[in-house]
Amino acid sequence: MSAVITVDKLSKQYEIGGAKRTTTLRESLTSLWTLEFLRKRPQKETIWALRDVSFSIESGESVGIIGRNGAGKSTLLKILSKITYPTSGGMNVCGKLAALLEVGTGFHQELTGRENIYMNGSILGMRKKEVDRKLEAIVEFSGVEKFLDTPIKHYSSGMRLRLGFAVAAHLDPDILVVDEVLAVGDAAFQKKCLTAMEDLRAGARTVLFVSHNLAAVENLCGRCIWIEGGQIRMDGDARRVIGAYMESMNVGQAAISDLHNVEHRRGNGKVRFRAVEFLSSEGISQKVIRAGDPVVMRFHYTVNEPVAQPSFGFRLYTDMGTLVTETSTWHHSIYIPQLETGDGYLDLEIGCLNLMPAKYMLSLWITDMTGAFIYDNVEHGVTLEVESANIYQSGRDLDSRCGILFFPQKWNLSGMRGARAEVLDDLRMPGGAVAV
Amino acid sequence: MKRDSVSELWRYRELLYFFAWREIKVRYRQAALGAAWAVIQPLSSMIIFTLLFGRLAHVPSEGIPYPIFCYCALVPWTYFSTVLGMGSNSLIQNDSLLTKVYFPRVLLPAGTALAGLLDFVMGSLLMVGLMVYYHVRASWALLFSPLVVLCLLLLAMGVSMGLAAANVRYRDVKHAIPFVVQMWMFATPIIYPVSMIPARIRPFLALNPCWGIVHAFRACVFPGQRFDLKLIGTSLGVALVMFLTSAYYFYRAEKSFADVI
Repeated sequence: MSAVITVDKLSKQYEIGGAKRTTTLRESLTSLWTLEFLRKRPQKETIWALRDVSFSIESGESVGIIGRNGAGKSTLLKILSKITYPTSGGMNVCGKLAALLEVGTGFHQELTGRENIYMNGSILGMRKKEVDRKLEAIVEFSGVEKFLDTPIKHYSSGMRLRLGFAVAAHLDPDILVVDEVLAVGDAAFQKKCLTAMEDLRAGARTVLFVSHNLAAVENLCGRCIWIEGGQIRMDGDARRVIGAYMESMNVGQAAISDLHNVEHRRGNGKVRFRAVEFLSSEGISQKVIRAGDPVVMRFHYTVNEPVAQPSFGFRLYTDMGTLVTETSTWHHSIYIPQLETGDGYLDLEIGCLNLMPAKYMLSLWITDMTGAFIYDNVEHGVTLEVESANIYQSGRDLDSRCGILFFPQKWNLSGMRGARAEVLDDLRMPGGAVAV
Repeated sequence: MKRDSVSELWRYRELLYFFAWREIKVRYRQAALGAAWAVIQPLSSMIIFTLLFGRLAHVPSEGIPYPIFCYCALVPWTYFSTVLGMGSNSLIQNDSLLTKVYFPRVLLPAGTALAGLLDFVMGSLLMVGLMVYYHVRASWALLFSPLVVLCLLLLAMGVSMGLAAANVRYRDVKHAIPFVVQMWMFATPIIYPVSMIPARIRPFLALNPCWGIVHAFRACVFPGQRFDLKLIGTSLGVALVMFLTSAYYFYRAEKSFADVI
């Protein structure tokens, strides 16, 4: 193993307040005229985006770079990819490096999908012959075959993204530097991208991956570098570094609705809800759920006195107080013989959260089988936030104006005689009109 | 310049082609007249100048029909001014590229200069048509025209490269260019013959590299015109100095493009 990237005491200083930006030609010329440039310049306010960062990466390693916004991750990537130059320190990169700091760099609105594949590929360092050879695979990956000869100004943002990533996924670099590009796009596409990255890693390529998606970093990278305030805070095993980072962010707690301190609750308190948690399909606690995603609602409870045959249930309300649905273990005829003292949780698995993006409220209860004895009841104690997503795979945004619910659905046009109707998949309406 | 930056330019030669290609593709897209605009622009200037200066003001044209006298100079001038205008904005217009991906920055203004050649060729074809119409027999000197085009390319590239780099830091450039181009045009004997310039100023005119090139173009086409080698040599020298100064400035400035833009 040899080091393919060596970074030695890299520092980058920026002048803040845009001091450089605001110098006009006139000011520069006056300073020339008045010989001001010979005098000592007034000290400009500066910040160190990076300060004495040193590390080396071996061939075949996958390294994640994490840190808060403004920690210096992007600056580091920009220096590594030669977009900007360090103020001091040096670095050495062996082999062909491709940097994906953005998906679809160099896309031009007026060019067609096919033309943009060539343009983008060429900007990312591909040869024309290489693009010729990979064109079919790129098109297939992107899933925009039908619109390949349509100018991309008619594409939805989702389609543009897919096309851009398709090109990027077919780069053949020795070192791949990826910044946050997976943060966008729908879940299915993100998965596809992750698989593509996985393939790259399997090909013994060196991958440098900057992301806020800690799960993806943990999944892809064996090693992780945590940057804070322009310096390396921690460097080592990905799981360990991410763990330490999450701890510092208190991410784990923020996503749980704590119910310990709810004032208005009824019931005799034999059993109490402790917290409610929303888990993604990967089992990660989430504050916000994307519409249409699977979700697990986890109800944490504490049994203070053993109770027999309890029933758990909840009601879901819109933020305007309209009841959306009610469900309980009783409705499902689930028989729970006994709850022993101690802590536990109950999961409700929802395959597809078919709620329109909005805020919802939950009311929870634990009663006995008949519903006569209330052990615990929290009214409107938990907020469920549903985020917009590409629900119909059409790239069109849906929100609470579209109602409360959506159904998994499909329009079938086979009975439309004569009408040349067509499902445009992700495309905006031809002729530039955008249906809202 | 270091040797590896030259070899790097060679490695990225395809990107140069793609930048030029993109510009050509995009320029006349969604324009009903399409690439005909490449001809309409110099042609309409020629018609206006012919009406104003040829017919109304009776500006002499060295024994050559005024329209073709004027048009012959307008073709290289249109190329030069277009490349200057578009090339100097090529970096700031592609700021998203500069901050997101690495490639030799000089390819952007170079791509513009290359793309402009297509319009130049179209304009030249019309020139041939005009020559037939006005029964102008081409001089044997036409053989030198590729060399003159090369000089034109060097000059246009040199000036636009330096201005593009300056534009990243000083947006004043963007505002100054249209009027500088206009001044430059009137300072060059394009729509009037050089004989209208007082004799004692004329030698200094050679310092305007555009004049040497315009003169060379006319000398290539019209048999009656002699190559003024001293003039062309001076202009070429000035163009070369401009190119090298520009290239050096660009090379120094490109390191901070992404931070300043």
